[in-house]
Amino acid sequence: MSSYALFKKDLASELRTRYAINSLVMFIVVTISVILFSIGNEKISDFLSGGLFWVVIFFSAMSGLSRAFVSEEERGTTLTLQLIASPTTIFSGKLLFNLILVFAMNIVIALLYSALFEAFVIKNLSLFLYAFILGNIGIAIASTLIASIIAKASSKGTLYPVLSFPILLPLMLTLIDLTKQAMDTTTFSSSYVELAILGCYDVVMIAVSFMLFDFIWKD
Amino acid sequence: MSSFELQAENVSKVFGRRLIFKDVNFSCKNNGIYGISGPNGSGKSTFLKIITGIISPTKGKVIHYFDGKIIESEDLHNYIGFVAPYVILYDEFTAVENIHFFSKIRGINFTQEKLDFLFQHFGIFDRKNDLVKGYSSGMKQRLKFIFALIHSPKILFFDEPTSNLDNSGKEKVYQTVKEESQNNIVIIASNEDSDLAICSSVLELQDYKI
Repeated sequence: MSSYALFKKDLASELRTRYAINSLVMFIVVTISVILFSIGNEKISDFLSGGLFWVVIFFSAMSGLSRAFVSEEERGTTLTLQLIASPTTIFSGKLLFNLILVFAMNIVIALLYSALFEAFVIKNLSLFLYAFILGNIGIAIASTLIASIIAKASSKGTLYPVLSFPILLPLMLTLIDLTKQAMDTTTFSSSYVELAILGCYDVVMIAVSFMLFDFIWKD
Repeated sequence: MSSFELQAENVSKVFGRRLIFKDVNFSCKNNGIYGISGPNGSGKSTFLKIITGIISPTKGKVIHYFDGKIIESEDLHNYIGFVAPYVILYDEFTAVENIHFFSKIRGINFTQEKLDFLFQHFGIFDRKNDLVKGYSSGMKQRLKFIFALIHSPKILFFDEPTSNLDNSGKEKVYQTVKEESQNNIVIIASNEDSDLAICSSVLELQDYKI
């Protein structure tokens, strides 16, 4: 319940300050526009459009998801949070907020992307949905943990994508592969290995996050 | 009578190569007012953060007991109240919203009477529904006391409690400290003679530099 209360506080704060939403929306619009302009009248392959889809998601996540902890640090309210809740509660609440933000952001990206790119046609929707859901969970967990690490650094903006890239790389490569399979006529059963990798990634990241967060949060 | 006990044993803190203090021993067993003093940079705030479990000591240990049982660090925040210039409340919320959010996150309930009493006591009742960003620094300091007291903590830590306050605000703080010290432990870190004058014992941090 405490985590949910923290999530509600963050949501109310976000709706009033528009700290992350504004930058996310602008970033999504700008990134998709840049890709559209750079393609021009060229016809891109189906698989390239699938890869670009996750590139847009990666960079959008880098622009907005660090806010969960960075905004607290910049406003000086980190200490206040330390005084009212345990590290587990803080991480759970922030993770819940980032999960909602990632899903909302990526659904908007997916809808915009499907509408604007003719080549982006998903033939196996259930496979894509499984990959999308597991991928979003992985992105939210990893980016929440990394945000807590970089929040106290002086060059947060640079450090966040740099630290995130190696951690999110195996997730992104698997997601690109699964999207390619979903755009192809691959059956669900032949993608079990990739789905298992995504599931394992999520489990490992959530376990590592809760183990490490206590140390990150205190010092 | 408070059944809370705090023991800090051989606590040292080093930032980089700079020694802040070394082998500080500090304990509070009974209710009362305890002081921590020292010049600027002597580590008063750092020591307070260590004994509240916010940061870890470089060496030594801090143990909190309640009813003879050790309090786990995960639960410690429910027992402490903390007021300091570096405790910042959310500007985008009203004073009441701040207190409500904090209480829900803490998982505690309080009566409306208690909330109204605290706002009345600290003289900001008429402005309780205003956004905190419109508050003066003195009003924010008064709100921090409500934040620290609303969950009826067993031990209170006040770092420079009278900073930014006018004379009536200072009187309210001293009155609160004296009332709370009847049943709980109150620890004050300050350089102000008037703050330290109400303490029954004072730890001088400057003595632990070497």
